[in-house]
Amino acid sequence: MNDGELTPPIPRLDGHDKVTGRAQYVDDIQMPGMLHGATIRSTIARGRITGITFDPALDWSGFTIVTAADIPGKNEVLLLTKDQPFLADGYVRHHSEPILLLAHEDREMLRRAAMAITISYAEEPPCLDVRQALRPEFRQHGDDNTFHAIDIIKGDVDAGFESADLILDETYETGAQEQAYIEPQGMIARPAPDGGGVEIFGSLQCPYYVVKAVTHLLGIPAGELRVVQTTTGGGFGGKEEYPSIVAGHAALLALKSRRPVKLVYDRHEDILATTKRHPSITRVKAGVTLDGKLTALEIDLLLDGGAYVTLTPVVLSRASLHASGPYAVPDITIRARARLTNTPPHGAFRGFGAPQSIFALERHMDRLAVRLGLSPLEFRRRNYLKVGATMATGQIVRDDIDMHTLATTVYDRLGGAEREAELAAANALSPSKRSALGFAAFYHGAGFTGSGEERLASQVAARLTDEGAVEILSSNTEIGQGTITIFSIIAAKALGLDPSEIRVAPPDTARVPDSGPTVASRTAMVVGYLVQQAALDLAAKLAGKLSDELRTVSAESLRGEAFRRAAGQAVEHGWKVLGRSRYEKPAFVQWDETTYRGDAYATYAWAVYGCEVEVDTRTFEVNVTRFVANQDVGGVLHATLAVGQIQGGVVQGLGWALCEQVIYKDGAVRNTALSTYVIPTFVDVPPIEVLFAETPYEFGPMGAKGIGELPMDGPAPAVLNAIAKALGVEPEQVPCRPEYLMMLADAAAPVGGTRG
Amino acid sequence: MRRLLSEARVAEATIRFRVNGRDVAVTAPPFRRLLDVLREDLGLTGSKEGCGEGECGSCSVVINGELVNSCIVPVIQSEGAEITTVEALAETPIGAAVQKAFMEHGGAQCGICTPGMIVAAAWVAEHRAYGSDLRDMLAGNLCRCTGYDLIIASVDAAIASLDIGKSRE
Repeated sequence: MNDGELTPPIPRLDGHDKVTGRAQYVDDIQMPGMLHGATIRSTIARGRITGITFDPALDWSGFTIVTAADIPGKNEVLLLTKDQPFLADGYVRHHSEPILLLAHEDREMLRRAAMAITISYAEEPPCLDVRQALRPEFRQHGDDNTFHAIDIIKGDVDAGFESADLILDETYETGAQEQAYIEPQGMIARPAPDGGGVEIFGSLQCPYYVVKAVTHLLGIPAGELRVVQTTTGGGFGGKEEYPSIVAGHAALLALKSRRPVKLVYDRHEDILATTKRHPSITRVKAGVTLDGKLTALEIDLLLDGGAYVTLTPVVLSRASLHASGPYAVPDITIRARARLTNTPPHGAFRGFGAPQSIFALERHMDRLAVRLGLSPLEFRRRNYLKVGATMATGQIVRDDIDMHTLATTVYDRLGGAEREAELAAANALSPSKRSALGFAAFYHGAGFTGSGEERLASQVAARLTDEGAVEILSSNTEIGQGTITIFSIIAAKALGLDPSEIRVAPPDTARVPDSGPTVASRTAMVVGYLVQQAALDLAAKLAGKLSDELRTVSAESLRGEAFRRAAGQAVEHGWKVLGRSRYEKPAFVQWDETTYRGDAYATYAWAVYGCEVEVDTRTFEVNVTRFVANQDVGGVLHATLAVGQIQGGVVQGLGWALCEQVIYKDGAVRNTALSTYVIPTFVDVPPIEVLFAETPYEFGPMGAKGIGELPMDGPAPAVLNAIAKALGVEPEQVPCRPEYLMMLADAAAPVGGTRG
Repeated sequence: MRRLLSEARVAEATIRFRVNGRDVAVTAPPFRRLLDVLREDLGLTGSKEGCGEGECGSCSVVINGELVNSCIVPVIQSEGAEITTVEALAETPIGAAVQKAFMEHGGAQCGICTPGMIVAAAWVAEHRAYGSDLRDMLAGNLCRCTGYDLIIASVDAAIASLDIGKSRE
């Protein structure tokens, strides 16, 4: 903490219910008369639906059946665009696209019914490679299947290449990644008990996204839809936009059956149908001088959006805004495009495009360093952004961060030059093990991009309960990252109370204002600041109530015991006291959405990650033996929660780097189980050492910046840079599987291959 | 597994066993998953389904002293068995110590793997041999939030608080 408090962090406030098994996740909830729902999906990647038949051998009388024709409002998943239907209406654009919904009391009967429905198609050629999306036979969106295009231009990149001594031009690829939250998607919908409207309970990150999409679907006003978050078993972006679809489906079944309907996916359906991280292809062309200064960067970034737009334009935006990394480069051109393919749509996943572009640049930086004969950290040192430097969008760096100090700390923790010498000696002696250190340097923008936070105009309220406790009202969700605990700490600090005296209202759109989505590393920093302001406003309102002609009570005086006494008086008098806050843009933030010039993010978290890897040259198995994550995230609000966020993100990043591979065949995901889509286990990863520098951010609560996405960015490039050094090959893709490394090593080896 | 069940609509059986010290009799198709019987028939929703194929460990329970994934156990196999689920752990010194340590050391984040993880951790704390590696012993349980270190820290703290390590040496 910034004020030097030494008290250990409080236990997380939702911990007790979670460790005892009492926390109620959506699948734990039963309601009287509840039906189970099921989704019937397409079995082809693209084509016209020519017929749907129901096997007459099955008794269909107990089933509720919903098709696109039953939709009372608009068959559009309203988000950024309206291109995606809730239920395919005559045409499918991807495998596993929802076509029909069923509900029944007996889940067993639903399984039988699913097998008794036959859907026939007139198939059309699917686009299964984003490089081919421009071909006319694949045209399904706009003129050329382009979902979104962004150009960021700084200076004159041709002139920059003119002044370079060396130019390196390479292409990098990343694969899809499944969020693999351990709780699959699930919703319960029921007709509101009072007759009008619908209530939805479920696993989600963004309650007001569901309100927006489902009211549009049902054609009802926002006041007739209530959305309540149930305890949510992980999100990582996977429960940002997709829950709107599950909620809409459950609501359609509930309205038609007039019963509560539970729609919970099993793991197979979840991996098969829901959004994943966007695959990417990034070409990086960089010019450097012989003394190791970057002169020009030209980056062509292509994202595979899948079959519908979802959040792709914003993912592309974040990818492009992180593409030039924490480096000062005079001339930059970034051309970013996202295009359609006929795979299930890609969507939000922790990092949101940034891990893809950072991976490409950081691999490229290491290759440039090798060409220049410089160490990776020395080459980076010569190019880091510093206060006052200009980023690709023209943004002037305000954060006073010393990236090189972050880097040398990591290097030293890994054993430094001494360790590198040891590894080199061991490599020379070992017949089959090659080890090396690898690094990545990066930033991650906190909060929504540019003017996004202004558009959200988030609101938070703080009220006194009938017992005189302080209750925080916001739509931001606890999904494991610690929202409840963090908001309690922030409000308590503002009012001089103990965190246990703060209540955080469950996100229920009938009660809480819209404080924006729980995404984009914004909850602690942006919404936390609003929690602080709302708590202070509550104190001010309470002071106003206590003041009269004779006595003026200042808000500042109402802290700790004085606040408790005042709250007691409010309870006695039956006063309703409500504090409010609303987002206001820091004055320095200037952003032009049309030209992509200005302050892309109000602030950034900065980091250098490093690792040691050992590669077996017979099996090409990669073992990450050490990992150090060093970052400046502003003030750390809760040390244990912050460490847990970083470690968890790093391990997701290691999974993306090495083992997590979504396998498609004819546009369908084939590995739809946790035994075939492999995420890291206890024994696949080393302990993750986490270090924090804490340069406070003035518009973050207690100086805090966003933290959630940052750790996803660094592991892949750090690990692949280490692999490159260990094996003397240049891996250009993640996941970097043993088969791929073997191929690279064989290609690099003299005739006869590595095992000849 | 579920698909298999759908074809196996055989006569229901009455199966008797003990759960958390309580005698129960359930009438169910013999191949109904123990996890579903616990959650739906007995209302013990602490055990979670993460994968349905015995891969993630979120449904971990202890049957006759063995740590098992209840999503791949047909209920008929529970006949006469003694079953412990997360709901009973607070009553045992080891279970309570593990729960407390998970709260204090960041062992739980989203919490969905936590009940199974805690059942496994309590079992490991009790049964581990001297020198055994906690990571190896817990490798049957997946967590997507923590990156595992704070779970290890939690289990270490629980073991230290119980002084189990010493008594096993």
